[in-house]
Amino acid sequence: MLSETDMLALWTTLKLAGLTTVILLLLGTPLAWWLAHSRFRYKVIVEALVALPLILPPTVLGFYLLIMLGPNGPLGPLMQSLGIHSLAFTFTGLVIGSVFYSLPFVVQPLQNAFTAIGHRPLEVAATLRAQPMDQFFSVVLPLARPGYITAAVLGFAHTVGEFGVVLMIGGNIPGETQVLSIAIYDHVEALEYGQAHVLSGGLLLLSFILLLSVYTLNRRYRLTPT
Amino acid sequence: MTIEAQLHLTRDDFTLDATFCVPSHGITALFGPSGCGKTTLLRAIAGLEKETRGRFVIGDTVWQDETRCLPTHQRELGYVFQEASLFKHLSVRQNLEYGLKRLPAEKQRFDFDQAVTLLDLAALLPRQPARLSGGERQRVAIARALLSSPQLLLMDEPLAALDQQRKREILPFFARLHSELDIPILYVSHAADEVARLADHLVLLNHGRVQASGPIAEMLTRADLPLAHDHDAAAIIEATVSGHDTQFNLTQLTFPGGQLSVPHSGSGNGLPVGQAVRLRVLARDISLTLKQQTGTSILNIVPVTITALNAENTLQSNAQLLVQLDGNGVPLLARITRKSAMALALESGKPVFAQIKAIALLD
Repeated sequence: MLSETDMLALWTTLKLAGLTTVILLLLGTPLAWWLAHSRFRYKVIVEALVALPLILPPTVLGFYLLIMLGPNGPLGPLMQSLGIHSLAFTFTGLVIGSVFYSLPFVVQPLQNAFTAIGHRPLEVAATLRAQPMDQFFSVVLPLARPGYITAAVLGFAHTVGEFGVVLMIGGNIPGETQVLSIAIYDHVEALEYGQAHVLSGGLLLLSFILLLSVYTLNRRYRLTPT
Repeated sequence: MTIEAQLHLTRDDFTLDATFCVPSHGITALFGPSGCGKTTLLRAIAGLEKETRGRFVIGDTVWQDETRCLPTHQRELGYVFQEASLFKHLSVRQNLEYGLKRLPAEKQRFDFDQAVTLLDLAALLPRQPARLSGGERQRVAIARALLSSPQLLLMDEPLAALDQQRKREILPFFARLHSELDIPILYVSHAADEVARLADHLVLLNHGRVQASGPIAEMLTRADLPLAHDHDAAAIIEATVSGHDTQFNLTQLTFPGGQLSVPHSGSGNGLPVGQAVRLRVLARDISLTLKQQTGTSILNIVPVTITALNAENTLQSNAQLLVQLDGNGVPLLARITRKSAMALALESGKPVFAQIKAIALLD
């Protein structure tokens, strides 16, 4: 039913979304923690920056990333010293772009979860001899579970649906940077509505199942960023 | 062995500057009006207020001084927060085991079953915290704190969030903590009756400073402190049950200042002979006579010596005096009118009789 290119696009998409989600959960945890608990006066600037991809046209984000990741960008010398010519039009570049693109969808649910937990459970754990890392893993992580589920699913689903950023910095290289949303675009351009239907329907179903599972798992937890 | 504190903490709108030294046994109440810094002091002692400077030493263990400051998780303390602080993702049993599991085996002084029995938690173990009443949650929180075998137990108004009924349920457990365990307790409270019932020592706080500290009986009756001038000012008497009057259902009590009789508490034949009890006598329930009265319905009359007369200048009037009394070493308070004091020519050093109209048995 799916052509080999479509299968490759599916695989690239899942790999990209999976990797991006894992990276975002790892990076997003300390960032969300800091946003939830810091009393830093200019924290609100960081919050606004994190939320930026929510409203920024993906092409704008993609454009700046293209420049940043290209050989003549500000990161060019650094990349060159690491033996990398350019990250634009590579899978790695796509991952970097997706991390920015989906950042608020992971950070905000985590930040909300951490804020809701507050300081008290940590203080209680400290009075019961738990070290800071122990406090995090034994108290914060289980209490923030609904936040993590929401963050993971939203981050994953949002990355799957990415189009503009990918087009700008990834291009359309089958097996490397061609993802499902672009494959659908290609099919429509070529008037191959049958294949476009299969892929679109598949994505529609996947998104619905993902959200359904989030709502089922976190019955009492509202999805905040939309 | 003593607990020595000299803690300093500055915030935008509040300064804590608390210095006190109390024995490291029994219950010490940190007492004062709302906003006086009781909770902040307790948190500073626990290491939960990071900006705290100063010194805190319990026995020969230094928790904080000029050169070091142990983080909370390295201080051997138990902390019972004001409101329920159980981990809601864990069952009662798992909550109790949380501190126990993190304790080196050689430091463990209580076993699980001991704490469960002491606080009567056996039936609650499999439950989730959300399914417990407020009183039950606090009992679990206390047991959990005990199971980390603390050197010092810190309690922040553990009864404040409970209604009268739940308070009555949980108070006997405090009495058991006191009598069965050898752990010093710092107990924050703004309720005078709770303090009178539980505390052995009192640290009086006001505007972030320690106003005075000392044994409870002395602190309650010192005329230079606000407690003695409270509407419900009272003295504490430590007495022993010496016998029973079975005909009239009275319990006879002995204290250094003499003999007292109170109605049997509860049902049955009253408390066993030899049991130590704490009594509370309100200043307004004591009247003074020059000679021992006969032909009075008042049962409890003890000889005392007047130690001082203090004007009670309230906003309303200066009609009353606070008389400090000494009943063979036990300080008592009487509130009488200035007119009576004049008529009886009362003065410091004069022997009189205290007629006690009502005595509350606190245990």
